[in-house]
Amino acid sequence: MAKTDLFEAPDYYNIDDLLTDEQKLVRDSARAWLKKEVSPIIEEYYEKAEFPKQIIKGLGEIGAFGPYIPEEYGGAGLDQISYGLLMQELERVDSGVRSTASVQSSLVMFPIWKYGSEEQKKKFLPKLATGEFMGCFGLTEPDHGSNPGGMTTNIKDKGDHYLLNGAKMWISNAPFADVAVVWAKNEEDRIKGVLVEKGMKGFTAPEMHGKWSLRASTTGELLFDNVKIPKENILPGRDGLGAPLSCLDSARYGISWGAIGAAMDCYDSALRYSKQRMQFDKPIAAFQLTQKKLAEMITEITKAQLLAWRLGSLKNEGRATTAQVSMAKRNNIEIAMNIAREARQIHGAMGITNEYPMMRHMMNLESVVTYEGTHDIHLLITGMDITDIPAFS
Amino acid sequence: MKFLVCISKVPDTTSKIGFTDNNSKFNEAGVQFIVNPYDEWYALVRALELKEANGGSVTIITVGEQSDEPVMRKALAIGADEAVRINAKSDDSFFIAKQIAEYAKNNSFDVVLCGKETINFNSAQVPATIAELLDMPLVSLATKLDINGNTATLERDVQGGSEVVEVQTPFVLSAAKGMAEQRIPNMKGIMMARSKPLNVVEPVSVEAHTEILSYELPSGKTECKYVEADKMDELIELLHNEAKVI
Ligand SMILES: Cc1cc2nc3c(=O)[nH]c(=O)nc-3n(C[C@H](O)[C@H](O)[C@H](O)COP(=O)(O)OP(=O)(O)OC[C@H]3O[C@@H](n4cnc5c(N)ncnc54)[C@H](O)[C@@H]3O)c2cc1C
Repeated sequence: MAKTDLFEAPDYYNIDDLLTDEQKLVRDSARAWLKKEVSPIIEEYYEKAEFPKQIIKGLGEIGAFGPYIPEEYGGAGLDQISYGLLMQELERVDSGVRSTASVQSSLVMFPIWKYGSEEQKKKFLPKLATGEFMGCFGLTEPDHGSNPGGMTTNIKDKGDHYLLNGAKMWISNAPFADVAVVWAKNEEDRIKGVLVEKGMKGFTAPEMHGKWSLRASTTGELLFDNVKIPKENILPGRDGLGAPLSCLDSARYGISWGAIGAAMDCYDSALRYSKQRMQFDKPIAAFQLTQKKLAEMITEITKAQLLAWRLGSLKNEGRATTAQVSMAKRNNIEIAMNIAREARQIHGAMGITNEYPMMRHMMNLESVVTYEGTHDIHLLITGMDITDIPAFS
Repeated sequence: MKFLVCISKVPDTTSKIGFTDNNSKFNEAGVQFIVNPYDEWYALVRALELKEANGGSVTIITVGEQSDEPVMRKALAIGADEAVRINAKSDDSFFIAKQIAEYAKNNSFDVVLCGKETINFNSAQVPATIAELLDMPLVSLATKLDINGNTATLERDVQGGSEVVEVQTPFVLSAAKGMAEQRIPNMKGIMMARSKPLNVVEPVSVEAHTEILSYELPSGKTECKYVEADKMDELIELLHNEAKVI
């Protein structure tokens, strides 16, 4: 039987006072919808290793797809903090669900909105916003993960069309995507954005299996065997590695909020459990060692919230730098991972079961700490930013 | 059909309750406010359902200050067409009912819907007082509402069963659990709420009938005592001497 989701969000520093009424309404509505529709089924889908496709329409309705895209293209025209809060709520329930929304918003809608032609925007964005179309983002290749600039996927100009060849790997949403934003090099070695549509001849997207992490999100490959790409399917607005990296900036920013959601869920569960679980005739919350764990968790969550909120404000002003985004993504995932482990310990043996969310969050966060730039790569970005010396190669 | 739904702001049920000013004021610091669930889940949603089925309009009304507007925006995001805020703060049921009745009188509504009570004060006086002031029938604690032409059919829970009531519009009702299902605002609703009218109306002058002198928290949870099933004398002794209830 599905459990009731008892989650109560911590707000130790009254950070709600920093939010507008609309931001809170967006967050609270998403939270209420997720509690009702997703919490009761998420464990089952996680265990089945399946994305619950039936929630796509509802995700569109709560604004999870491209909330900051302008209304004229079907978005909600919200600010960046609202976007962050939505990601927080989604990941509070499951990182895989959040990943699907991150990809759709920041890796598919964002590049089409920023670099697409008017026709491309009109054709894809409204449908992506409702979830009628799902999208995916192909940057990583079997031999190029942290170093996407080395990609070998390529397009060749054939006069009235391009021919696309190559392979992408680890692509979220790939198996069911209607449109893939694929990054490929042209004859001049410039990286171009290519809109590959489901059903194009020579294009397949097999599902990858065997993940112990992000099981409620579908991951696949993108295989291109002489795929004929009409010229109007190239993103005209920008080329070079900076184009996909700007999308990653947007997604990573959302992830820095998302990780707080996972951390909050683990903390909330640990706090409740520790007040109820009796040992040595006392609730285990009465022991100093438990209190240390809980106190450190809420401290780290509060710091992470302030980091994300400030970053969101900078993004709203158009001033957030890539390195600032890296710091928030790296920090917030790290604290979430630590909190998941500590919270699991507080639950004792119960903590390893699917009655409680910690193990799922813990396993999910292993993907979150790897994708969109690994933990160490973000550290190197900060290192480069403060020393002016790149240490990548 | 014109519906008027009374909406009030209440502390979230998970809020920590505390008082200031010598226990005479509720401490709002750090408290999250929500729409009173009886107003939102039952009265508002049922009015919206009836409007969607048969046409008409849904106006929400709140007697409150600017800090009440977020919950009003939420009601607009759920689907109300317009909002009216009577610009006054009061804990007095008569004062509140009088303000609403004045507005309702001047704008002739077919049905005035209230929640059966607010979850913070639970005095359940406003609906009946509005009905009295408007000289309209009141159906209290209604769990079901249907309207056909000018005739409304309502159901009320009564001991061991339910009662079916028929009433002609205009009338006032107080809604209880069961009248409708909660609706969660979606993004479209939130976006539309941005531009829906929220009119601020100055209150009519009314003397408050009551004044809250002080608040007190219930005494903390007491321990549970187990008595062996065959020791009834001990139970009676405890109930008599310790709990002092018999
Ligand atoms: C569930 C999941 C979903 C994903 N979804 C997508 C998607 O939708 N689209 C997409 O394009 N990609 C996606 N990815 C891929 C992801 O972005 C890559 O896995 C990530 O960039 C790391 O690449 P890699 O796995 O090849 O690791 P590698 O780059 O091989 O890294 C292995 C290790 O070496 C370290 N390392 C590498 N280079 C350096 C260096 N210069 N200095 C120090 N350390 C270094 C890394 O930090 C890491 O610890 C997804 C991954 C997962 C797990």
